[in-house]
Amino acid sequence: MNKNRVQVLSIPYILWVIGFTVIPLIFVVAKAATNAEGDFTFEYLLAIFDPVHRKALLLSVCLAFISSVICVLISYPAALILKSAKFKDTKIIMFIMILPMWMNFILRILAIQLLISKNGVINHLLSVLHLGQIDIINTPIAIVIGMVYDYLPYMLLPVLNCVLAIPDDIIEAGKDLGAGKFHVLTKILIPLSLSGIGSGITMVFVPSMTEFVIANILGGGKIQLLGNIIEQEFSVSMNWNLGSGLSLTLMIFVLITTLLFGRNSANNRNFVL
Amino acid sequence: MSKKLIELKNISKSFGSNLVLDELDLYIRENEFVTLLGPSGCGKTTILRIIGGFETPDIGSVYFDGVDITKLSPNERQLNTVFQKYALFTHMTVAENIAFGLRLKKKSDSYIKDKIKYALDLVNLPGYEDRYPDSLSGGQQQRIAIARAIVNEPKVLLLDEPLGALDLKLRQEMQYELIRLKNELGITFIYVTHDQEEALTMSDTIVVMNQGYIQQIGTPESIYNEPTNAFVADFIGESNIIDGIMVRDRLVNIGGLDFECVDEGFGKNEPVDVVIRPEDVELGSPEGGHTTGTVTSIIFKGVHYEIQVESAIGINFMVQTTQNFPVGSFVGINVIPDNFQIMHKPQSEDEEILNIEDIPLKE
Repeated sequence: MNKNRVQVLSIPYILWVIGFTVIPLIFVVAKAATNAEGDFTFEYLLAIFDPVHRKALLLSVCLAFISSVICVLISYPAALILKSAKFKDTKIIMFIMILPMWMNFILRILAIQLLISKNGVINHLLSVLHLGQIDIINTPIAIVIGMVYDYLPYMLLPVLNCVLAIPDDIIEAGKDLGAGKFHVLTKILIPLSLSGIGSGITMVFVPSMTEFVIANILGGGKIQLLGNIIEQEFSVSMNWNLGSGLSLTLMIFVLITTLLFGRNSANNRNFVL
Repeated sequence: MSKKLIELKNISKSFGSNLVLDELDLYIRENEFVTLLGPSGCGKTTILRIIGGFETPDIGSVYFDGVDITKLSPNERQLNTVFQKYALFTHMTVAENIAFGLRLKKKSDSYIKDKIKYALDLVNLPGYEDRYPDSLSGGQQQRIAIARAIVNEPKVLLLDEPLGALDLKLRQEMQYELIRLKNELGITFIYVTHDQEEALTMSDTIVVMNQGYIQQIGTPESIYNEPTNAFVADFIGESNIIDGIMVRDRLVNIGGLDFECVDEGFGKNEPVDVVIRPEDVELGSPEGGHTTGTVTSIIFKGVHYEIQVESAIGINFMVQTTQNFPVGSFVGINVIPDNFQIMHKPQSEDEEILNIEDIPLKE
């Protein structure tokens, strides 16, 4: 009886998974493994080795990696400062930090564009102050700025949660046993925050790697990430087979990242420095 | 007498507007087992944290072996702490936990290995090197926390309610373990607890505290038998605290009736508090009693009965005895002179009996 009810209740979810995950995935795999005539081919699955695609993949991985590292470098010290400041209500701080997420994603990127473009706000201010000009719009730097700005909350939240959860007496125990500030950080705080950093990296690296909107707007269409190429194959060139093949390749990279960093906290002792 | 190892001089400490310690002086001798005992919020943990270096006093100094250590951080002090919630490093094995302090001191691998083995033997957990703290019981974790502290050969071990999180049976076992450890190591233990039985069992010296003031310092026997004020008498063990008037030396008047006692040096006709421990009230036949009374309730407590007697002098006595006196029986009441403890009336709020409402919910 009870078991039957659970089965009935799970039907909508099963239908959802079949309709929106399994079937589309089958279509993608089928498209990737066939050519326009419908014959089986490895051509599109191996298309990643084409120099243009290879370069785009490399750039995607590089920018996603750099963005993730910058997010860690911003989030971790912020979390430590928040922890030591002992704010009564860290929920308010968290709320303020994730507030930008309430704004439309495209709008936020357009705002960045407005700030850093050649005739943008920053250059205007710099010229008023006679401090020279920045020229970063339409470069990978602009894309990294956009990715960091957009995905920082996804790093901040898990890192902050993890750091705030470290009990004060564990830190005191470290000091008591002779650890100075440096050793408290390297031997206690960082090892105990690795699970948070790991999930943060997964949540920043994966969307950054598959990103194409930020690259379109802040890269001015001149910088091709793998996401851009896939998008164009589907919407401009109408070569769905190639698009699917490249998508599958990207999925493998996402999978690898998730396996590397997405471990749960129970396993975080494997990361002891 | 061994020499003074730790001295606190004129320590005051507030958290916000809350004055936790007020001009407190205290010294601790070498190789003593000292217990700081008091209700939540009495300042005992704050003293421990000041000695450990986790808090800095607003005013006053801490001396260790004659040297002022007030400004030193915890990692620069020759003492180690055992925390209430064990505070083990969950990302390290038991061996790594124990080795933590030694590695920071750059001891050799063989030295560390020997020390780990020695410490695990000492706390009765040999062979636990490669376990993780999560896989151990509360009692085992606390033993590891003790092992982790003592391998550093501190001169003083600070223990902050280390048995607080353990269940009764384990707590009693650990009390004997701690006494044994203290004797084997020959170092000073400073122990914080709110559990008076724990304090009486283990300590050489008990420091009873309330509201930031030291109420009494003494051996367990002297604290129990000769409490200096109503707070101590009430907090340590159970007691009848009765209003009395000191007629003259060695004679106290309770409820209009004179009783012989052994206390001297009070003012003539000074109002006093009289403490009589429940086990010191003797019940017998009405004819033989100094006064008489009627039993109003009797509860069986295992070792003894707890009896309430409404006496002819208008005082309700709590009595502990192995004899059974049914409710309603008419009894004689006797207390020998030695068992009266006469105390001055409380001079300030902190010397008064503790009201349950006064205890803050969180320390």
